[in-house]
Amino acid sequence: MMALRGLAILLLLQAAGEAIVHAVSLPFPGPVVGLVLLLPALGVAWIREPVAAAAELLLAHLSLLFVPVGVGVITHLHLVSEYGLRLLVVIVVSTWVGMAATALVLRALLGKPGVEDTERG
Amino acid sequence: MDDFVQLWVYLSSTPLFGLTATLLTYAAAQAVYDRVGRAPWANPVLWSVVCIGLVLVATGTAYPTYFAGAQFVHVLLGPAVVALAWPLWLRRAEVRRRGVALTVAALLGGLAAAGSAVGMAWLFGMPPDILRSLAPKSVTAPVAMGIAERIGGVPALAAVFAVLTGMVGALSAKYLFNLLRIDSWAVRGFALGTASHGIGAARALQVHADAGAYAGIALGLQVVLASLLTPFVFHWFR
Repeated sequence: MMALRGLAILLLLQAAGEAIVHAVSLPFPGPVVGLVLLLPALGVAWIREPVAAAAELLLAHLSLLFVPVGVGVITHLHLVSEYGLRLLVVIVVSTWVGMAATALVLRALLGKPGVEDTERG
Repeated sequence: MDDFVQLWVYLSSTPLFGLTATLLTYAAAQAVYDRVGRAPWANPVLWSVVCIGLVLVATGTAYPTYFAGAQFVHVLLGPAVVALAWPLWLRRAEVRRRGVALTVAALLGGLAAAGSAVGMAWLFGMPPDILRSLAPKSVTAPVAMGIAERIGGVPALAAVFAVLTGMVGALSAKYLFNLLRIDSWAVRGFALGTASHGIGAARALQVHADAGAYAGIALGLQVVLASLLTPFVFHWFR
């Protein structure tokens, strides 16, 4: 029941986000605005508790939610056959570049003497 | 046999088919994943997509027929993005304390991922709609679709690239970080979430709580930064 109430709040905030995006033509997707709206609201206990229950359920099964979109690959098999190998190289290499850049930058920034130690917190 | 065929034809045309196939396949893939000690190669998203895709192609079932049922899972991506506020809020003290370092790392990392993808694809001579669909590949699929639409890419293609990127990250992060000798769970999780969004974050969550939390923060940050900056950068280059 708690998670259900939380899901209702999440959907309401997503809807509010979509409405704001359309009204002010913001460059954000609706759910992102919903996320930003939810952050301060989490200070309120009767919002926080149901949202926490729903969020933990949704985020625990986050990878399931990507399956329907992922299966959409089959509608682009012609691209795969045309650019398949090159696309794979682009996606794999750029993902490694992104991960390595983020990790090295963050380690350098957090590792500075006087700045917080990585092991803490 | 005829009855069976008729039953299949009936069932495969109702939304029941797509939803049941998605949940059953995922539950089975997850069970295998747990069984093999959550080895990266057994990633449940990858194998669910492969199995369902093969069934659809083999039975000649159209993707929209499948999606009629699978959309009930798909719509939950919206509230799931909103729900990312929860891990962010839980770690708000750390986010505030390390905010600058995290934002700089997310910005440079996201830029490196998107820039190298678009640059390489351009060198390979790929058409502009593919380049524009590749740009938001490190952002979670539902948001990547929105960004691609705004910059003149193909939303469905952007979603596919985002999912593939997520799977590549989830499959290879462990080896890449070991190679680079990154041993902090926070840094590993954050880098995985930055480059490989929700699928990477899901993997990080399964490996270590700290890694999962930082991946969640990275995912949220990347969503905000990429939504704001990608259209801006593409506007400049036109």
